[in-house]
Amino acid sequence: MTGRARDERTLRGRVAVIGIGETEYYRHGASPDPEFKLALKAILAACEDAGLDPREIDGFSSYSDDRSEASRLAAALGTHRLRSATMQWGGGGGGCCAAVANAAASIVAGLADCVVVFRSLAQGQYGRFGQAAGIHTVSGERSYLMPYGVLAPPQRFAMRVQRYMHEHGVRQEALRSIALASYHHAQANPRAVMHGRPLHAEKYDASRWIVEPFHLYDCCMENDGAAALLLVSVERAKDFASKPAYVLGAAFGSGHRAAATAHNAPLYATASFDTVAPDLYRMAGVGPSDVGVVQAYENFTGGVVMALAEHGFFRPEKANDFLTFDNLIAPSGRLPLNTSGGNLAECYMHGFELVLEAVRQVRGASTSQARRNDVALVIGGPMVTPASNLILGSEATL
Amino acid sequence: MSGPTHYLPVGLPIPVGEPDGLSTPYWMGLRENRLLVQRCDRCCTWQFGPEWICHNCHSFDLTWTDVEPTGRIYSWERVWHPSHPALKQCAPYLALLVELPHAGGVRMVGNLPGDPRQTVVIGTEVKGVFEHHLEADPVFSLLHWWLQRDADASDSRSGA
Repeated sequence: MTGRARDERTLRGRVAVIGIGETEYYRHGASPDPEFKLALKAILAACEDAGLDPREIDGFSSYSDDRSEASRLAAALGTHRLRSATMQWGGGGGGCCAAVANAAASIVAGLADCVVVFRSLAQGQYGRFGQAAGIHTVSGERSYLMPYGVLAPPQRFAMRVQRYMHEHGVRQEALRSIALASYHHAQANPRAVMHGRPLHAEKYDASRWIVEPFHLYDCCMENDGAAALLLVSVERAKDFASKPAYVLGAAFGSGHRAAATAHNAPLYATASFDTVAPDLYRMAGVGPSDVGVVQAYENFTGGVVMALAEHGFFRPEKANDFLTFDNLIAPSGRLPLNTSGGNLAECYMHGFELVLEAVRQVRGASTSQARRNDVALVIGGPMVTPASNLILGSEATL
Repeated sequence: MSGPTHYLPVGLPIPVGEPDGLSTPYWMGLRENRLLVQRCDRCCTWQFGPEWICHNCHSFDLTWTDVEPTGRIYSWERVWHPSHPALKQCAPYLALLVELPHAGGVRMVGNLPGDPRQTVVIGTEVKGVFEHHLEADPVFSLLHWWLQRDADASDSRSGA
């Protein structure tokens, strides 16, 4: 392969988001609609936003074993044909950007022309992530954890964050600032489940521990709903109703033996972006100082601290200085963070609401618009593998 | 029945080897008060959790090797919110991540019996204590970790 051909192996400037849509976001178990219907509604909303006939969709992409299966969706929507159906393996919400990358890759490779990327969740119908009842025996990774009461995600990730805070002297206040920023932005966002329910420092400090070092407000919600976006090749980006947001780069994966079972990853106290963040910046042709606004998946605030550090916004030892409320809020903080309210306060749509919010930022249509919005970063679920990330940009960045 | 020798109540998921038998020697070892960790016959790399292949040299010849159950606290957490019905009455409780420097630094999760509100310090030396669940079906055993100084005091009281 020639050097030039290798250089062309990129998503940069090849694909654009032309439509976004979501259902109403509900508290977990509160959706009046079943999960598959939620997925359909979100996809139709994205088509409406783009001005696209849903029958033109020829590819589907999702993650975390989404139950709304591609072929059933294609049949339900009466699409002319199905050409691409990709599911990101493992990683839970760590796949929210990888699903976009897989869809973009399908388009760039000529496998499909119009791919919808989505996530749908109805936890009343299918159960919650945060409870582990009804299991008699366990094997593999879980067998080394569950009998010791390390059952659900809060307990699985707290020890990583505890170790990180120990290694780098990170204080609880850094975690608190992240929670406060998400709740602050949610107050401007009528879609947010926590709209009208503000959080302040005293309320955070007084909230109960879920598992130290996570207070209640360090932990994501669990919600019902669905969210979707539409991707087409860059040549068609301007043929639709809404302002396009361009994919500048995407990456996913993890470093050496990140999945070594029972907490044996060599780089334990990390968010799994040690290799993935450099890959992203290399493809996007930008660095952390070019990024104007960040959506960073909060399964737990501690993971956001790690993820932001691994994306080069500060050294871990400087986390306490950087992660202040004022630095993290739109429009003019140093790094406006989770401007829709994110998983903590908008909706836990398994991180896909973060991808939609990055599109809104690039469009200039956020309810908490950042002053610098040409380059918008999304960081998928931290501390998992595979993790993933995504940079969107305006036309001016191409 | 949850006896005083059980740190957490009965009713949590029971660990068993996979159908393919990968980790069965580990769980059988705990029942015999032995801590077994995989070690590569060819390159001597320690490996935990188990796998069919050595991650360092790709040999399939791994031997379950006796390891002294001592280590030091690598990380910890104090759990307050029960994620399982069996835990509703027992918060808080402590879980540890322990590293074993004499076994290649492999880590394993266990509980820290004693006062659940005690201050936990990363780096503290701990000693493994086997916890047998003979009433369970299937029978299984766990490995918890006492602070080394408490274990020493217990040994001297019992004349061991």
